[in-house]
Amino acid sequence: MSALALLRHLAVAALVALWLLPTAGLLVTALRDPGQITGAGWWSAPFPATVTVFRRLAPTTPARADGDAWLHEGQLLGPDETLLAWGLSARDPAALAPGAEIATRAGDLRVAANGRYVLRSPQPEAAPGLRVFLRLRVPPRFTFENFARVIGAEGMGRAFLNSLMVTVPATVLPILVAGFAAYALAFMRFAGRALIVAGVVALLVVPLHLTLIPLLRLHNAIGLGKGFLGVWLAHTGFGLPLAVHLLRNAMLALPREIVDCARLDGASELRIFFRIVLPLSFPALAAFATFQFLWVWNDLLVALVFLGAGPDQQVLTGALREMMGARGGEWGLLAAAAFVAMALPLAVFFGLQRSLVRGLLTGAVKGG
Amino acid sequence: MPEALTLAAATMLSVLFTCVAWVWGANRMLDLIWPATGRRAGRNSARAGLIRPWLFLGPALVFMGLYLVWPVLRTGWLALHDATGARFVGLENLRWLASDARLYEALGNSLAWLLVVPAVSTALGLIAAVLTDGLRWGVLARAVLFMPMAISFVGAAVIWKFIYAFTPEPAPEIGLLNALVTAAGGAPQAWLTRAFVNDLALMVVVIWMQTGFAMVILSAALRAVPEETLEAARLDGAGPWTIFTRIQVPQIRGTLAVVWTAITIMVLKLFDIVFVMTNGQWGTQVLANLIYDWMFRGSPDAGRGAAVALVLMALVTPLMIWNIRAALREERA
Repeated sequence: MSALALLRHLAVAALVALWLLPTAGLLVTALRDPGQITGAGWWSAPFPATVTVFRRLAPTTPARADGDAWLHEGQLLGPDETLLAWGLSARDPAALAPGAEIATRAGDLRVAANGRYVLRSPQPEAAPGLRVFLRLRVPPRFTFENFARVIGAEGMGRAFLNSLMVTVPATVLPILVAGFAAYALAFMRFAGRALIVAGVVALLVVPLHLTLIPLLRLHNAIGLGKGFLGVWLAHTGFGLPLAVHLLRNAMLALPREIVDCARLDGASELRIFFRIVLPLSFPALAAFATFQFLWVWNDLLVALVFLGAGPDQQVLTGALREMMGARGGEWGLLAAAAFVAMALPLAVFFGLQRSLVRGLLTGAVKGG
Repeated sequence: MPEALTLAAATMLSVLFTCVAWVWGANRMLDLIWPATGRRAGRNSARAGLIRPWLFLGPALVFMGLYLVWPVLRTGWLALHDATGARFVGLENLRWLASDARLYEALGNSLAWLLVVPAVSTALGLIAAVLTDGLRWGVLARAVLFMPMAISFVGAAVIWKFIYAFTPEPAPEIGLLNALVTAAGGAPQAWLTRAFVNDLALMVVVIWMQTGFAMVILSAALRAVPEETLEAARLDGAGPWTIFTRIQVPQIRGTLAVVWTAITIMVLKLFDIVFVMTNGQWGTQVLANLIYDWMFRGSPDAGRGAAVALVLMALVTPLMIWNIRAALREERA
């Protein structure tokens, strides 16, 4: 291999690493034990971590009498944990070495290296709520706990269903509506066609911000309010220029003779559309469906404006944004929630990548 | 949920049914009124041919008219009215806008975005396209670079907020950027709250998301450059660099412009990233987020929101015209 070729491999590898790293970091974080995440960066997740925790004394055996005192005994460590140091205050959680003994308000406490402790107390009852800080060496621990929590308690499971609910009709609806229009623009000659084509291209880039208030007021005025129906109609309207543009480009690439021959044979336009053009445009339909699916699934703005914020309507993007505000520093939860939101589009992306690329190359440059 | 499912099925079926019924029924009507048979077959089918396209276009035109054209015009109208849209105030909102410091902040930022993001994304996309072309694992590499396209802006915001995460010392830095900075002996920073640096931090996210798009389109264009041209250049002793700058880049100039425009339009309308990561604080405000603020947050003012939206529309318009002219050129060809 020449030096130049090697350099090229290295450069591509560097780009790939740079692109993969952010997502990989989040995925690792989503799978880590929540207690370990803040202790060390995700890149050290495969290695044992040093963490500081506090635990309360909870004797495992009944207290034994020892002269005029009582001995309370128990275990502070979990399996696989190694004690590095311990202490009694949050300010200095690693003040004492394993095996050291110290006087506490409840009596003399000794914690051995294996985590066994003995509290020598004047009372037969164990001191309730005595906290011990432990600096531990813990093995890496991976868990689906974060996912279970965000899908259940944090409502991402419900939001996932809502996202599906919004996305499927919003993807299906524009296809047929656009199909008819694309057919007319591709195969019929009429005055004003250029104008319509120009209009569609223009609408492709209109900022959606300009449509929000009038449409929201319209929906309120006709009793639609905020809800699924409104969001479907809005996405259908917003997706149509792309659908028409893409389908028309694909239809223009079909051999004209097929349509001309069918016309000479006396087939009606509708028949030609359903029997010949629509089936032949299937790849373009798939490309548009892929785009529209990704676009609607990933949309935040339209959902914010046209859907309610309650759990019965909130979609993944909205729920994730809310979690970013409410659970800012809890990266395990945020990461898991982000992956719940990203799972389906990533699967669609890797499954239908060819269709997506074809769509892009047929002129799918959509705004938002 | 079950009611919502029923509603979804009913909506899809009724819109699709209405659409088909309309086109089918109207076509039948046309055939009955001007049958393409008998004595006047020629004249009749010519007449029907004048109307038929509009039957096919009808449903799409109604939807686009109602959900895009009318609301945009209406927003122009709202810009001339007060906060609730009740009272006509003429150019009052625009006059207020001209002296609003936040508009200039947003405009300044949008300008910076326009200068940096399309250029860097296109350049990186071009580099990636050239480097991965013909590489044995090029398909895999391209899939990785293209992947952010499937991720929502909100998802990307979480991914990158974690990169920029800041923990005050002495706790260990769990954000990759601050970990690197501390490892190099620097002091960790709260990147998203530092003016100017935070703009760059947000731009990086969007570049990360858009490079794949540029790469895919550019690599298709590169492959369309005739092999004979490249072969001839090689025979003339041109090195890879000369071939790249003298042949490949000039040949795909048109596609470069298309990619650059598309990313520019996307950047102009950029909303989610800023909304979610900083919400326009610490000097990161952009137009689309400012519009949202005026329209829906705090004490909403539809008039002012609409006025700012018109500024955005004005910025998009030249690119829109460029697109229309390109489309019409194709139409005529």
